[in-house]
Amino acid sequence: MNPALLSIKDLKVYFELRQGLPLPWREPDVVKAIDGVTFDILEGEVLALVGESGCGKTTIGKTLLRLIEPKAGIIQYRDQDLAHLKGVSLRAMRQKMQLIFQDPYESLDSRQSVFDILAEPLVIHQRVTQKKDLQACVFEALESTGLHPAAEIAQRYPHHLSGGQRQRVAIAAAMILEPEFIVADEPVSMLDVSVRAGILQLMLALRHQKNLTYLFITHDLSLAWVIADRIMVLYLGKVIEIGPSDRLIHAGTHPYTQALVSVIPSPIPDRSREQIILKGETPSPVHVPEGCRFHPRCWKFQRLGSPKECLTQEPDLRQVAEGHLAACHFLD
Amino acid sequence: MNATAVPASRPPNLWVQVWEIPLGRAGIILLGIVLVLSLVGPVVFPFNPKDITSTAADILQPPSSMHWLGTDELGRDVFRETLVGARLSLLVGLLATAISITLGSIIGLLAGYYRGAVGITLMRVTDFFLVLPLLPLIIILAAIFGQSFSITIMVIGLTSWPSTARIVRSQVISLRERQFIERIRSLGATDLRVIAVHILPNVLPLIYANTVLVIAGSILSEATLAFLGLGDPVRVSWGTMLHFGFVAGAAGRGAWWYLLPPGLGIVLVVLGFTLAGHTLDQLLNPRLREF
Repeated sequence: MNPALLSIKDLKVYFELRQGLPLPWREPDVVKAIDGVTFDILEGEVLALVGESGCGKTTIGKTLLRLIEPKAGIIQYRDQDLAHLKGVSLRAMRQKMQLIFQDPYESLDSRQSVFDILAEPLVIHQRVTQKKDLQACVFEALESTGLHPAAEIAQRYPHHLSGGQRQRVAIAAAMILEPEFIVADEPVSMLDVSVRAGILQLMLALRHQKNLTYLFITHDLSLAWVIADRIMVLYLGKVIEIGPSDRLIHAGTHPYTQALVSVIPSPIPDRSREQIILKGETPSPVHVPEGCRFHPRCWKFQRLGSPKECLTQEPDLRQVAEGHLAACHFLD
Repeated sequence: MNATAVPASRPPNLWVQVWEIPLGRAGIILLGIVLVLSLVGPVVFPFNPKDITSTAADILQPPSSMHWLGTDELGRDVFRETLVGARLSLLVGLLATAISITLGSIIGLLAGYYRGAVGITLMRVTDFFLVLPLLPLIIILAAIFGQSFSITIMVIGLTSWPSTARIVRSQVISLRERQFIERIRSLGATDLRVIAVHILPNVLPLIYANTVLVIAGSILSEATLAFLGLGDPVRVSWGTMLHFGFVAGAAGRGAWWYLLPPGLGIVLVVLGFTLAGHTLDQLLNPRLREF
């Protein structure tokens, strides 16, 4: 197994909800967006982060890139702790980590031409000083993401491009600094189904060419299965299961994972397969349920007749098999 | 390398767009007339403030072929005085606006971008200036520094920036949450770069529209202050004309020709800037834009 590129230890991200006067006896409501997660991202892997909306997927991605300040925890990137970097050293580190957003209509400045969008990272980090070299770099980046002819595309503005082309521009802009680590936050979910495959193929091809590591955030478990080496399932700000993709899909042990897997649409409809439909909404992260945070919606909890552990004790991640961990008191 | 090129498909000229709207066109025409008169007028019809009459018969005379708009309480030609007065009124309006918009934009940008302590402090300062009354302030300052043209400009500039700051801030707050700003930050851009290259161009239209409205307000403030006798006593503006006319009893003596021209001048200029400003605002302010 490859060594870890990032080692995240007990990361917490809390948001305080403001409510009127900050009176001393009034405790502010705290949204525990990320409530102590520990995991590694291995060098060269695609780690998929899956979970329902509001479970903290995007928050984790942005916190790793320090776009959101963590409340506690360590983000070890090789030999540096990102969680406590500041100023110039943080800006220097940003070259190594990039973000690809969900919405290519929102993530590009509509006042910038494609050329300026791609040139900006190079200018910010003073990678290129000669105008001629800058042009060469930009054109090369455009070509490498499949945008031809580069010279013509470079002059356009985002609103002249299609959604797929825009996402390619965003990817080119993320790749131009030659980063090692990419957080891709639902990079294809806003795109037309017809262009999704192209964008995914591009991202995976670039991974091999440039030896990239991806944190791929998605709510689509089947997509995660196809592209990721490992899958991590998040529920209400906590990791509840992590393991190799195939294993997690075929031999997932956490009742939540099992429920998610059971509703993956299958090309061959199979009546015998039991679909587990979770009831209710994700609880509010302001008032996280006592004990196991999944118990109010857990089918196994009901089937086992409401065991006491689930109500009182928060389960820790336990090893199920080599590299496969899950957090449940009653694993299969 | 130019990092902030103008999008190719952007409408070519904003003033052309304003021209297309009847109210905006009326504003531009009004402003054009006043501007030409104030620039060319005093050259063609020079005014000498020291050209004071020695005979009482020339004082506050009604319009005649010699004096198109009559004479003032010192026997000077009101028509020529009005043309010169336009210059000072416009100048004070423009300079005070320059101070106001610069301060307001910078503080709005910073208060919107830096939330937390910096933003809160800046907004409290803004609130303080927002409630600072214009009149007592200028009376005190005039008492300390003497009445002058630069004090008037400063006071108007210092009391009118908060509204700009608030408008700019609210726009910056929504901009800074946009994904493209987050993407630029994740590239490692400095705050200065994010603000100057990405946020400022996006709030510039708003500042632009606001400027025109602030000019109207500043001209009106200058006239108010000068009318109350707090203006620069040795320079002629529309406000000081109204002041001296009032003091000389022009109203009581029915000398309408002394009060009407500067009064009408103020009304027309303020109307012109307001019409143009509201039209610009409608075109540029994302909250008022109708789609």
